[in-house]
Amino acid sequence: MAQIIIPTPLRKFTNNESTFTTKGATVKEAIADLTTTHNGLAKHILDDQNNIRTFIRIYVGDDDINTLEKDATAISDSTVVSIIPAIAGGC
Amino acid sequence: MSNIKNTLSPAELARYSRHIIIPEFGREGQEKLKNAKVLVIGSGGLGSPLLLYLAAAGVGTLGIVDFDVIDDSNLQRQVLFTVDEVGKSKAQTAKKRIQALNPYINVVVHETRFTKENALELVEQYDLVADGTDNFPTRYLVNDACVLAGKTNVYASIYRFEGQVSVFNYENEDGTRGPNYRDLFPTPPPPGLVPSCSEGGVLGVLPGIIGSMQASEVIKALTGVGEPLAGRLFLFDAASFSTRVLKVAKNPETKITELINYEQFCGIFPDAEEDAVKEITVQELDSLRNLKEDFQLIDVREPYEYDIANLGGELIPLGEVLRNTAKISKDKKVIVHCRSGKRSADAIRDLETLHGYTNLYNLKGGILAHAKEIDTTMPTY
Repeated sequence: MAQIIIPTPLRKFTNNESTFTTKGATVKEAIADLTTTHNGLAKHILDDQNNIRTFIRIYVGDDDINTLEKDATAISDSTVVSIIPAIAGGC
Repeated sequence: MSNIKNTLSPAELARYSRHIIIPEFGREGQEKLKNAKVLVIGSGGLGSPLLLYLAAAGVGTLGIVDFDVIDDSNLQRQVLFTVDEVGKSKAQTAKKRIQALNPYINVVVHETRFTKENALELVEQYDLVADGTDNFPTRYLVNDACVLAGKTNVYASIYRFEGQVSVFNYENEDGTRGPNYRDLFPTPPPPGLVPSCSEGGVLGVLPGIIGSMQASEVIKALTGVGEPLAGRLFLFDAASFSTRVLKVAKNPETKITELINYEQFCGIFPDAEEDAVKEITVQELDSLRNLKEDFQLIDVREPYEYDIANLGGELIPLGEVLRNTAKISKDKKVIVHCRSGKRSADAIRDLETLHGYTNLYNLKGGILAHAKEIDTTMPTY
């Protein structure tokens, strides 16, 4: 099953789990699986139209899904999906 | 860079000999550093290693933008400063430290906030900018000013155990510019989702690691040595010791034509413009307790914050509030608190909007206000 890496700022919505395994065949299915299991995550990843919010980037391997097939990008058992949030700390 | 080239003195040649004997670097690379002007915005966690290494490496002119003063809580990671310097200007203290480290460089202090009003004037005086700021509005301001002024922005940011590094708006050999911060993140997260270091914490050594990588990218960009981290985003997780490098592409929809209101862009409004929630003061809470009134106290902070100090409330961290409505009364007064009152207000808005609560009160100023006004022996953080 594909693995989704959860970034630190969003782990408060996944019981502090840093990874999530999914049977989803596309990024859209994988994110739906994730946000159904951890429903507090949904509003932080998806907007009202179920599109991925623009302060979050989703990568499949080392490629931004916006340069692939967006949320229709296919994933396989060996795929690592990364959710990359903006962080601003520097102090 | 300046057209007037300063060459290296015999003393400088000796000082920088470990650079100069690297074949790819050589005397030419060192002279590029000597003639370069770098603006470091923020002299805190990232700024400390940045300034120390850029000064030691011989960057000819270093500008420091910082309006802040040194606080005890900075010393866990801001290795530029010492106990004796608490309360003093960060920018002035940083200048003194790095000037002592390297008297051959010129250090310029800009003891001011980096704002929409002064951003372009500051950036235009330098060849390259290193962003060590600590909030989203300034991140976007630094980015936009660099794009408008045509400067490379060497970016790094940190949160708890994680760091990010990239080189934005890098000038390619053909004169085009690489991706910038808005190509990666067109919009900022809503306030509160990604806490700052002061709210969320940061491993003290992390800015040392990430800021040193940032310094390395500054030196590479100035000298042309190596392959800059342009069009790529480096990620580091100290907790798992994992690193990744992801591709960053230019977004044709990114348009930066002027500086804007960055507070507004990041959703930061004066309190009056947010949906108001009912409030209660720490004095009123104290009175309710003394009178043994029947009410429920909910603490929406994290367990590790609760361990530092608490008011004896029921702990339901913000991320778990909506899953635990069965524990939150609708029949009596419920007072919700956090550290400063921001997260508890968010929790109340969610509970009112999604679950119809009408009996929730936000503790104004949070546990910090209680520690300041009711129990001054309570630890603060």
